Amino acid sequence: MSTIYWEEEMETLPRPGLESIQLKRLQKLVARVYERVEPYRKKMDAAGVTPQDITSLADLQKLPFTVKDDLRDNYPFGMFTTSMEDIVRVHASSGTTGKPTVVGYTQNDIGTWAGLMARALACGGATKGDMVHNAYGYGLFTGGLGAHYGAEKLGATVIPVSGGNTKRQITIMQDFGSTVLLSTPSYALNLAETMESMGVAPESLSLRVGIFGAEPWSENMREEVEKKLNLQAVDIYGLSEVIGPGVAMECLNSSKGMHVFEDHFLPEIINPETGEALPPGEKGELVFTTLTKEAFPVIRYRTKDISRLYYETCNCGRTLVRMEKVTGRTDDMLIIRGVNVFPSQVEHVLVGVEGVEPHYQIIVEREGTLDIMTVEVEVSDSIFSDEIKNLEQLTKRITRDIKDILGVTCKVKLVNPRAIQRSEGKAQRVIDKRKI
Amino acid sequence: MRVEQIAVFLENKSGRLAEITSILADKSINIRALSVADTADFGILRLIVDKVGEAENVLRDNGFTVGKTNVIAVEVPDRTGGLATVLKSIEKQKLNVEYMYAFVNKTGENAVLIFRFDNMDRAIESLQKDGFTILKSEEVYSL
Repeated sequence: MSTIYWEEEMETLPRPGLESIQLKRLQKLVARVYERVEPYRKKMDAAGVTPQDITSLADLQKLPFTVKDDLRDNYPFGMFTTSMEDIVRVHASSGTTGKPTVVGYTQNDIGTWAGLMARALACGGATKGDMVHNAYGYGLFTGGLGAHYGAEKLGATVIPVSGGNTKRQITIMQDFGSTVLLSTPSYALNLAETMESMGVAPESLSLRVGIFGAEPWSENMREEVEKKLNLQAVDIYGLSEVIGPGVAMECLNSSKGMHVFEDHFLPEIINPETGEALPPGEKGELVFTTLTKEAFPVIRYRTKDISRLYYETCNCGRTLVRMEKVTGRTDDMLIIRGVNVFPSQVEHVLVGVEGVEPHYQIIVEREGTLDIMTVEVEVSDSIFSDEIKNLEQLTKRITRDIKDILGVTCKVKLVNPRAIQRSEGKAQRVIDKRKI
Repeated sequence: MRVEQIAVFLENKSGRLAEITSILADKSINIRALSVADTADFGILRLIVDKVGEAENVLRDNGFTVGKTNVIAVEVPDRTGGLATVLKSIEKQKLNVEYMYAFVNKTGENAVLIFRFDNMDRAIESLQKDGFTILKSEEVYSL
């Protein structure tokens, strides 16, 4: 099968040409943020670096990192380079404490993003003749709308089903003839199981490709979902701080990860402890600099995702570097049904409930295809009651507050005081029993 | 007129009740009455014992969450309709029963009903007015 490109020239550009484009864009970006965004200017001044110091791509390493806390400190719009008049959309993802991370887009950014998502879809084998079943959540999460605009740009027919209402989704797949499925891998498995229970054979559907992302998944899951949905499963990568989905995408014949769209996003791998850049092929923390975004560019943003980069040309013909499937995190972030959850957010909610002890534990399990998060809370004398209804009200309130703030439904389990193991030093807050 | 009841949080784990009763037995604390309220996820054990303070301390020392609540003990003749007459009086007064449990005393002549009301003062007053026997705490602990 010959490769389908969306922007063949950029996707197959030999490295010297690509690097020259990257450098020009980087210089322009650094000058722009230095002039317009105070937090960047302050950090660069403190590091003793000016925009004029960026004369080669290697000079990128002179620039300070950007971390999630920088976004929180400048919540909500303090890191934007343009006035709000030029911002046409915002998205948000969970922050490490109560406040979310907010990102903004100009009209041009939305266009860039749609183009990149169209490129990603084409990279996964989708064409304008496809019926794209978009089961990513629509809303503040970048997944739904990001994929939607890309599929429209590609010229495909988009079904904006969003998440949930699984049986209806299967009926739609049958009746509309969905050919490309976009969802989290765990939701794809949920669809497969529901199909089975409805007696719908995967061969009776028209699905050809599944583009799955927003949470970690293994090669075993890939095999399972391919078998159960009768499609080819490919991986997509993105995060809202960089743009959303469409940062990197696996092609149909790659066995070494996802092509990073390097003409827009400059990747690095660093040692998460020392911050030092690592040579190609070594495993470390993935760092991105956006080269073309207007409203909310980032310089050396630390993703906390662990991966590695392969620079050899892929047999699909793309020269774009490939990033290995993300194999872990450098922090304690959990991904529950596609939603980012930090233990500190759970703690924040518990501290807000009067009388609740700060001792808690988060247990994550996978029941069937669904991630289940249980928060264990110790029952202290001050919250204990001899009446069932009072304790039930308490667990309901914690469940509701967590749902409101984190956007994820959990179970709250009351346990005896001191039932949660006390540790020396850093408490073990999370027990992740999922086998991904 | 009020009797002190101990409530203990029961995590949903096997062996909890056995553990609590052994702890009390080791201290020669006698259980006069008990009830367990449970949900799918946890339970509450309610106990009336002869040595309230001692029971509370020893359970807490062993890592349990313990609370103390006041309840009312009403004595009725152990015959058909005994409970119904009390409940009728309560209903008439529009009192809410949070929970209740019952046991028959040693002689077998009378039943003792343990009540927790939303408004304890009003409950005592109206039950007395209707002529029911409300036991004193010492009477209950030594039953």
